[in-house]
Amino acid sequence: MTSSTTQRTVDAIWRMESAKLIAGVTRMVRDVGLAEDLAQDALVIALERWPETGIPDNPGAWLMTTAKRRAIDLMRRSKVRDQKYVEVARNQELYTEDDIDAVLDGEIGDDLLRLIFMTCHPVLSQEARVALTLRLLCGLTTDEIARSFLVAESTIAQRIVRAKKTLSAEKVPFEVPAGAELQDRLTAVLEVIYLMFNEGYSATSGDQWFRPLLCQEALRLGRVLAEISPQEPEVHGLVALMEIQSSRFQARVNAKGEPVLLLDQNRARWDQLLIRRGLAALERSRKLGRPLGAYSLQAAISACHAQAPTAAETNWIKIAALYEALSRVTPSPIVELNKAVAISMAFGPAFGLQIVDELNAEPSLKGYHLLPSVRGDLLVKLGRYEEARIEFERAASMTRNEQERILLLKRASECASERSN
Amino acid sequence: MRFMLIVKATTDSEAGVKPSQELIDAMQKYNEELVKAGVLLAADGLMPSSGGIRISYPEPGGKPKVTDGPFAEAKEMIAGFTLIDVKSREEAIQWAMRMPDPHGFGQGEIELRQIYEVEDLMNTPESLEKEAALRKQVEEQKQA
Repeated sequence: MTSSTTQRTVDAIWRMESAKLIAGVTRMVRDVGLAEDLAQDALVIALERWPETGIPDNPGAWLMTTAKRRAIDLMRRSKVRDQKYVEVARNQELYTEDDIDAVLDGEIGDDLLRLIFMTCHPVLSQEARVALTLRLLCGLTTDEIARSFLVAESTIAQRIVRAKKTLSAEKVPFEVPAGAELQDRLTAVLEVIYLMFNEGYSATSGDQWFRPLLCQEALRLGRVLAEISPQEPEVHGLVALMEIQSSRFQARVNAKGEPVLLLDQNRARWDQLLIRRGLAALERSRKLGRPLGAYSLQAAISACHAQAPTAAETNWIKIAALYEALSRVTPSPIVELNKAVAISMAFGPAFGLQIVDELNAEPSLKGYHLLPSVRGDLLVKLGRYEEARIEFERAASMTRNEQERILLLKRASECASERSN
Repeated sequence: MRFMLIVKATTDSEAGVKPSQELIDAMQKYNEELVKAGVLLAADGLMPSSGGIRISYPEPGGKPKVTDGPFAEAKEMIAGFTLIDVKSREEAIQWAMRMPDPHGFGQGEIELRQIYEVEDLMNTPESLEKEAALRKQVEEQKQA
């Protein structure tokens, strides 16, 4: 094996094993920064040895054993400084390649869960949580993270270093929160994953390779979380939402790279495999028998679209009802606006317009271009072209997306000519 | 990127001989590992080719020819597949290496094939140009 193929293979193994490795070592040393260093040390040793010895049968166990040995060495050396470490070292059994299988199932899953609660801890800023999670749970390099977010690598590197320091300074424990705290903390974890996904999904511009990478990482992490935390309906809800949204990846942009609206998409290009996976995840959420949370409801809405053979066959009544439920779980003017669209599709534009008009007074929607855009759309359907034109022009002046601005101005001029006819 | 791990047919699989309990358990454990890592998309086993149908087009523009199984040459056929979503070719290989020997008596063979992605089909001049512009932007930010 040449050294460059070994390097690529080791990279792949790192990606497969690093999160488990860092999680396992963190449980010993209680410091993610130190754990990551020790895991990296093990990787360096692997890179030195494997080209000669060949890759071991169970590389994950090999890395874990090596990293833990390093951790114990370090603890023994710091004996004088910190008596506590010695206790940890004494009680620590080393994994051998034989018993790693037994450990893989329960304990490592628990460690991963503890690690993700740590990297998504509210003591960190939202962007620090995302960066640290991508780094420690997804095994991305700082360069990959930087490219995904279109920021300089040094910025990401600093963000990660600071995040690790904060976790250490604030003595954030390596544990799964219990009781009432669990739900809040879980919400924070899901937020990080969904933010990651949206960052990759919503940008139609961006690096062709690194943007999808964020979606894939978020989806993968969601799938992992669903396995280690199967009793949480919202975890499955989020996975369902991401699977179904991912199914539209190919259809949501045309050949020129312009965004295509959901109802205009070519449904033959939707990925049926991901849709099926999404529906199955949603079913898992439902089966837990608790009232649907915000992610599960959004997934259910997404599923309505996914299951409609054509846009015209969309079950808008069901979607309107789901938006109604969503607006109760997470009341927000944007959900109201979506509800208005669904209601207009289900019961006619006049009903939708009524809700939209009420939203006009909403201060948080001031400057939100979709409000006049939706209003314009409803007015067109009611044949009120002059009012619609004004709304589209207003929306065009608000959006920061060039493609969207062009589209809105086109609609405004269509209204103008419709009126003169 | 998606890879299909294709498990080749064997004389046993073609004869409809059920795999040993040991192999079934090992495969199940392997699939669980894939699920826990968030990489498994789908996995299924195929019935022997004796129940299969082949549709071929021996003449260009001509009518299809329908042939019922079984078909000869077990090695040319497949007995099952596992679809995984991974970050690199090497990761796909590593996962495939962890799959248990699907036969156990010398005929086990797994073939890896990459699946076409949107990106493969979307590298139009315009999108590449856009990407180049973005890269430049990032470089400038780095220097700033």
